[in-house]
Amino acid sequence: MPQDALAADPRYGRTAPRRGLTLSWRDPTMRSIVWQIVIIGLVGFAVWWLVANTMRNLEVRKIATGFGFLSREAGLPIGESMIPYSPADTYARALLVGVLNTLRVSLIGIVLATVLGTLIGIARLSHNWLLARLAGIYVELLRDLPLLLQLLFWYALMQGLPGPRQALNPFGSVFLSNRGIKFPWLVWEEAHTAALLALAAGIAGTVLLARRFTARQMATGQRPRLWPWGLALMVGLPAAVWAAMGAPFTIDAPELRGFNFRGGGTITPEFAALLLGLVLYTAAFIAEIVRAGILAVHTGQWEAAGALGLSRGEQLRLIILPQALRVIIPPMTSQYLNITKNSSLAVAIGYQDIVSIANTTLNQTGQAIEGIAIIMAVYLTISLSISVFMNWYNARIALKER
Amino acid sequence: MREAMARSETTVRSGIAAGAKPMIQLINVNKWFGALHVLRDVNLTVAERERVVVCGPSGSGKSTMIRCINRLESHQEGQIIVDGIELTDDLKNIDAIRREVGMVFQSFNLFPHLTILENCTLAPIWVRKMPKREAEALAMEYLTRVRIPEQAQKYPGQLSGGQQQRVAIARALCMRPKIMLFDEPTSALDPEMIKEVLDVMVELAESGMTMVVVTHEMGFARTVADRVVFMDRGEVVEVGPPGEFFANPKSERLKTFLSQILGH
Amino acid sequence: MTPPPAHTTTAEAIAAADDRVRRPPAMSVGPVGWLRANLFSSWLNTAVTLVLAYLVVSWTLGLISWGVINAIWEVPGSGAQVDTSACRAARGEGACWALIGEKYRFILFGLYPFEEQWRPALVVAIFVALYVVSAMRRFWNRWLGLIWLVALAAIGVLMWGGVFGLRFVEQERWGGLPITLILSTFGIAFAFPLSILVALGRRQTSMPAVRALCVVYIELIRGVPLISLLFMASVMFPLFLPEGMNIDKLLRAQVAIILFAAAYLAEVVRGGLQALPKGQYEAADALGLSYWQKTGFIVLPQALRMVIPPLVNTFIGMFKDTSLVLIIGIFDLLNTAKTSIIEPAWQGFGVEAYLFVAAIYFVFCFAMSKYSQDLESEFNRHRRR
Repeated sequence: MPQDALAADPRYGRTAPRRGLTLSWRDPTMRSIVWQIVIIGLVGFAVWWLVANTMRNLEVRKIATGFGFLSREAGLPIGESMIPYSPADTYARALLVGVLNTLRVSLIGIVLATVLGTLIGIARLSHNWLLARLAGIYVELLRDLPLLLQLLFWYALMQGLPGPRQALNPFGSVFLSNRGIKFPWLVWEEAHTAALLALAAGIAGTVLLARRFTARQMATGQRPRLWPWGLALMVGLPAAVWAAMGAPFTIDAPELRGFNFRGGGTITPEFAALLLGLVLYTAAFIAEIVRAGILAVHTGQWEAAGALGLSRGEQLRLIILPQALRVIIPPMTSQYLNITKNSSLAVAIGYQDIVSIANTTLNQTGQAIEGIAIIMAVYLTISLSISVFMNWYNARIALKER
Repeated sequence: MREAMARSETTVRSGIAAGAKPMIQLINVNKWFGALHVLRDVNLTVAERERVVVCGPSGSGKSTMIRCINRLESHQEGQIIVDGIELTDDLKNIDAIRREVGMVFQSFNLFPHLTILENCTLAPIWVRKMPKREAEALAMEYLTRVRIPEQAQKYPGQLSGGQQQRVAIARALCMRPKIMLFDEPTSALDPEMIKEVLDVMVELAESGMTMVVVTHEMGFARTVADRVVFMDRGEVVEVGPPGEFFANPKSERLKTFLSQILGH
Repeated sequence: MTPPPAHTTTAEAIAAADDRVRRPPAMSVGPVGWLRANLFSSWLNTAVTLVLAYLVVSWTLGLISWGVINAIWEVPGSGAQVDTSACRAARGEGACWALIGEKYRFILFGLYPFEEQWRPALVVAIFVALYVVSAMRRFWNRWLGLIWLVALAAIGVLMWGGVFGLRFVEQERWGGLPITLILSTFGIAFAFPLSILVALGRRQTSMPAVRALCVVYIELIRGVPLISLLFMASVMFPLFLPEGMNIDKLLRAQVAIILFAAAYLAEVVRGGLQALPKGQYEAADALGLSYWQKTGFIVLPQALRMVIPPLVNTFIGMFKDTSLVLIIGIFDLLNTAKTSIIEPAWQGFGVEAYLFVAAIYFVFCFAMSKYSQDLESEFNRHRRR
């Protein structure tokens, strides 16, 4: 057979030849190149047209472009800031304050919404009919109302609170008034910062130790007890550091002086309304994600894990969670991105996040393009960072599973 | 053309008879998936009205080869000539060849959102530009030939696997193709449904259709094929009329394959 | 999003099917059994039930006394001479529904001429009818496109007027619910086709430039908040156009909403395209269908059907998101509610105004959400079969 002879062909191990290109509409490569040139050309022309118009308009209106305004004095007052700021500072610093405010409300919102959402998601699966029903009503109600409406509602409710002199006093020295929530807070000293750092070190140490113990368990079959070490590292170490630096502990309680409170910690009504709205709204979505994630793991998995003799905790940790997390994490990521993007609604109730401050800036300076470019750049950076982190985490989880 | 050729017992059985027009020619065809060389210098000629069965172990490139014939995969070296038209990057040639070549897939690939009748009339109406009424009459004719005219208004999901595969055959026939390709048509079927599909294929073969069939059904190869092709590792290892092919395999590879597939 | 587990057990089903089967003890079936199983199965469960029951009852009672018993339904005077002292006296104790009685026409229709307000009311009715028709599977064919075209044209005629003896009403006077419905419906009508093109473009492996363009568009839009696009529409759009050419604010916001929604819808559509088995593409190719025939007859009908539930969810999101136009000063339903309490007499009754529009938003969103859930469970049933 001639075909058998081909088996011994010396051309074994050849690689694919490159394909040529014919100048014909009937050649698919040619066709796709032409299509691409046409589409990109059209889009490019549209962009060029818009840019050219903008340039001409800017010229006619005598608006100077560029980011030179950033170093000018802002003169805009900001109610709450995490870094020292006064209206005499530059626009650049004002915008930085805005970014930090956005990050603050987003981060706290993400943590609280995750906790609340997980609880409600689990409650929806509860065997207690009343609890499951109430959680269901919560989800349906909060999901189906616009977030902005909810924010305005909470803000109206906060403003409806009595003035400082008739402030509500639910317990201790916590006061609720239309000026916000006042609560006792300790006078911050270096020892507290040091203790916080020690706590961070303790958590890192515990994680490392847990890994070491797992490695030892793999090698010898014996797993040393982790919790005494964890307790010592995460509670003992910070406490020791704090005590060594003199154990300062002074509580600063709010007091009514004249028409307002002095001292203590403050949560402004704007921040409170924004955070409350974001957390309650997003928790409804997270609850659904968590519920779907748990339901996605087949009940057979619990049974199989139990049949292997794993304890309930080990079943959850080793079998169920890794599978549920794989379902949960991608939609959870988009919820975290949503919280961050939705925090821009702050502008409607006067919490000064990046959108609000950039908006004021562009109104004051007339630098519309630059202002919007800054807003978009900030959000794109945040979105990209969260995506990258969550993708990394997701990849790690997926890998662990195998 | 088909009518012009007298059909005698000898031409049917002896493969490429003198004077028979070649319908499919593969000349030194090579194909790579990335760095993987999946078709190595494949040469094969299929004459008009000839029935060729292709067999071989999984991963031998037999599916890839017949998918190259209607350009579901593109080859990178060599020539494929179907019905006198060479398959190149020329889209017009590809369209022309696809109109003449019908294909039946392992997993049926019926369109689940269309009724059986619509599945059969879609391509005749839009590709052949046939009037709807004519296309429906044609579809009913072929559905009758595959023995399921009563299912015309149902959806694919309501049919059994064997029925779906018969619809898939009817759908391909509705384009009045000159060549039919079958890519493991019975591999996804339950054993009791294989026969009903094979019966339809035997009938089709008797009507004089040019057919290339990738299958593991050796019974079908023995009774219907004019020639059997054995492929392994991307090469055509052995070709011959079924009697000879099964009785005296020449290469070691075919001997091993036959002992595995017929052994139990 | 699967439905909660059903409460009927196999045992009950068997018992219902065959009377000769020995029945389980009375305490484990019937209402008593249900209560025991679902509310009082353990002491912890009982405690949770009791606490929740107490909270539900006390909150409901509080709500009834605030919203019904102590509520103020009417106040003397009207317009500028309205006397809201009764409402102010009841603050915290009872709701001031008098606000709604006085302002509901403004909240619903904005500053549309009072005697012409039957027109926006009719527009709302047309919108609702359009939604209902679109939800019915009987109309899922080429007629649906025509119905939409006719309905949207009728809506334009009714809102603007100036023909058929209708008085012309300039767009600046439109407001309230019609604005919300116009923004979201026209948004869907234009964003949906655009999103299909973008999703198809993103899957063109043979055209890397087109693909990159689509990816950049989708990721850019999804990476920024809607409000930044609305700002762009309100302050940057005028700069984009040649001198003398001007489009009004509502249209600019509409364009921003379309571009925004299209990016999100495109991702949903892409999910459907990806979920379609490869064999479907191959079968269409083997039959000799062209790219557009394949896309129109085989790919899109199946891909879109698969993603209807997430599509409806995206529509709900868009409907809610139109409320953001409030921030750039367009009088949608939320903004008219916010504006209705701006007069000194009505200041401080935001909760009542917002609850009123919340009820309207809820009706629309809940209906859509229920519809999507029903569809989804139906699809799941089909898949399981």
